[in-house]
This record gives sequence, structure tokens and C-alpha cells, in this order.
Amino acid sequence: MFDFLEGYDLLGAFWTTVRLTVLSAVGALIWGTVLAAMRVSPVPLMRGFGTTYVNVVRNIPLTVIIVFTSLGLFQTLGVTLGARDFTTINFRLAVLGLTVYTAAFVCEALRSGINTVPVGQMEAARAIGLTFPQALGYIVLPQAFRSVVAPLANVLIALTKNTTVAAAIGVAEAAALMRVMIENEAQLILISAVFAFGFICLTLPAGLFLGWVSKKVSVKR
Amino acid sequence: MKAYRTTIAAVAALGLALAAAGCGDDGDSGDGKKITIGIKFDQPGIGLKTPSGSYTGFDVDVATYIANELGHKSGDIVWKEAKSADRETLLQRGDVDFIAASYSITPTRSEKVDFAGPYLLAHQDVLIRADDNSITKPEDLNSKKLCSVTGSTSAQNVKTRIAPDAQLQEYGGYSECLTGLENNAVDALTTDDSILAGYAAQSQFEGKFKLAGFKMSNENYGIGVPKGSELKAKINAALQKMVADGTWNQYVQKNFGPANYKNEPAPQIGVIVS
Repeated sequence: MFDFLEGYDLLGAFWTTVRLTVLSAVGALIWGTVLAAMRVSPVPLMRGFGTTYVNVVRNIPLTVIIVFTSLGLFQTLGVTLGARDFTTINFRLAVLGLTVYTAAFVCEALRSGINTVPVGQMEAARAIGLTFPQALGYIVLPQAFRSVVAPLANVLIALTKNTTVAAAIGVAEAAALMRVMIENEAQLILISAVFAFGFICLTLPAGLFLGWVSKKVSVKR
Repeated sequence: MKAYRTTIAAVAALGLALAAAGCGDDGDSGDGKKITIGIKFDQPGIGLKTPSGSYTGFDVDVATYIANELGHKSGDIVWKEAKSADRETLLQRGDVDFIAASYSITPTRSEKVDFAGPYLLAHQDVLIRADDNSITKPEDLNSKKLCSVTGSTSAQNVKTRIAPDAQLQEYGGYSECLTGLENNAVDALTTDDSILAGYAAQSQFEGKFKLAGFKMSNENYGIGVPKGSELKAKINAALQKMVADGTWNQYVQKNFGPANYKNEPAPQIGVIVS
């Protein structure tokens, strides 16, 4: 029944999906944290930038962002991100696009976490002479992160599935292989089921693990 | 409330008027038995839904001719989008009566559906910039940057046999490839010559691109019908008549002519060129 799977590098394709996910997740976590810090900072210009960025980027369809990285950045502006062949360029562009997009959601999840930290914590930190960055970095963010593990897990799962959009610019990940197989095999439903199962194998353990972590580290108030 | 109803009525009337306007240019009004045909909605020259809601292209012309031969008026045709991945499912579920959507006859597909025809013999070819003289034979492609649609047979052919050393950029659609070709980001767009001719014949690209004329594969376009359907024989008869009375030639010239497309003679029914 599953003999149509022969001759296809299913694991290789899902490995690309995993690499896309991990690299974009790390990038989005860093950039999202910076954005969240901007949104709660006392400097109006930074707050304005953070708010505008989040509201613009999260309202643009991901496909548009990904296709723009290829057609706009690469083809028109010649941005190659230090790579020479199409495979590497496309992969890096996809990571860039996914990072830019996902960071907006990470930022908002993190900001909701910051809001759960009682305002007295910040006031006390400032009262003992910590600067704003110190107070945020040492006092508020560590508590905020602990309360947003579950929402961030949601963002991670969404990101894992969003990597399929990278097929639109030719990154050879799972969705691209799925198109190849559908083209050759005329087995639409079975092939779709195999790939859906593959994604569940990636997201379900990640979700369960992060759910457990979330319980473990949550701040008891 | 009354104003609301009036608006609804006005919108409905407008919709009907538009629908009527969209029905073929021979003015047949549809009142007979409906026939549902699957075509591509997004391939210029083959099957394209225009912004005004009408349909143009070679497959559309052929399908209309067949429907007329089967005894349906042009106004009774219901067009349905048949994306490449959905074609077998549409036929198996009976959502469409037949499919004319650049549907290449292959052994794996023949296990699922029956094919009438072929009605066009296409070849994988490359579209290059009109001023590019560095690509004269298929081997030249190995040092070039090619573009095609993610997962398509043409893209796979490039990787496995046509130009394994070439860089291949895959996109979700041919339009992105055409932009890349214009921007010099890629050197050639590759897929079936009939599809390439359709794109190159669009008014905004006229004179910018040319077909290289390499015959790198044989694609026998057939009319897909459900397995065991009695339509197959009737459609074959209609196709034979279409070729015999010169209509086939007229359709080819009309849809692919402007792109300097050198078509093959009309294929014999049931003869698949491999």
C-alpha cells in the first residue's frame, strides 16, 4: 500500500523542515525579545517602532513575505546572504522571512508575559538603582519567560507548519517533496496523509515536552 | 430593509448579466443539459480565467468544441478549475465530466483514469531572453540558471537527466520565473513548450522572450475521463473531426501563434509518443 514511498528522500525533506524550524525559531526568539523590550521601553521612538513592526508584519500573509524575500531581496536587490547557489540562497532567505514573520508573534506572546509580572517588581528594581535594561533583563524578563512557555510552544508549532510556505521559493523541504510525489504518483490522499503524519511526529512531541516544561517552570503566585 | 432587498436584487441582476456576458462568443444561451469540464484557470494560452470571468486558451477551445459535438450548447458548459494535483480526484468523484487541462498521459495516471486523445504533442522546452545567444543546444543549459515550478515533471527532468549540473530555482508558479528571467536572476524557464508559448504570447511579454526549440521530452496531452466512461469513444470521434475540419489548426495558431511556436502535426488518436 505504501510502495509509492520508494525512491523518495522523505527523511531528507523532513530534515530540511527541522533545520528551517530550528534556525527560524532561534532567530525569531532573539528578534522577538528585542521587539518586546522595545515595546515596553520608556523611549517613545522605540515603542513606536516595535508597535508598528508588529502590526505591519503580522498582518502580511507569510507567502507574500517569503516570495518577497526571493523576488524582491534576491532577484531585484541582489541580496544573496553570502551564498552562491540557489539552494543555499533560498534556504537562508526562507529562514530570514520566517524569522521576521514569527518574531512579531514571539514579541506579542512575550509582552503578555511581561504584563503578568506585578508592577511592584519593576518599581522595586528601579528603586534599588538598576537601570531600565538591567531591571528588564535581570528581574522582569526571567519571570515573563517562565509564564509564556506554553504560548511560545504554540508559536513554535505554528512555525513548524509555516515552513511549508518555503516551498513557494523552492526550498526542498517536506511540502516541496509532497508536490513532487503528488505530481508523479496520482495518490493525493495517501500522500497527504503521510505528510500530515510526518508533521504530527514533529509537532506533537515538541508540544508535549514544552507543555511539561511550562508546568515545571511556571511562577507560582 | 426594503433598500437592502433592492440592493440584493440589483446585485443578483448584475451578476446574471455578467454571467450571460461571459458565456462564449457564439451567443448560445444555456438551457439544455449541463456539462462540467475541468480546465486550468491560470495558464495563459492553455486555460485562463480572465478578470472579466470569461475563459480563453487552447484547452478551453478544444473542450468547447468537444462539448458542442457531444450535444451541449456553449452556454451549458460549467467550467471548473482542475489543478494538477486534483485532476484524478475530480474525475473519480464525478465532479467533472471530463478534463482538458494540459493533462499528460502517463502510465501511473492511466491506472486511475482513462484518456481520450492525445490531442496535442508538447515537448519540454526552455524560454530564454530574446537577446540571449548563449543557449543553442540542451547541453548549454548545464552551466545556466534554470527556473521551473516546484515539484513539476519539468523540474524533475532537469535534475535527473536534462541538466543535472545546472542550478535550478523552483517557484510556486511560472509568473515568478518570468520575473526572474526579466531580472536576469535566471537564464531560462523550462516546462512544456505549449505552456511557454502561452506565456510568451501575452501582450506584456511580447518580443522579450523566445522559445529555444529543444525537444527534451514528449508530453501527450489527453482528455481525462472517469475510468470506463463511454465518453472516451465519443470524445475521440469529436477530436478526429476537429482535426479533419481544420479547426484544430486554427486553435493552435490562435493560442500559440504569436510566440513563434512550431507545433507538431495533430497527433493520431490512441498513439502515444514516448
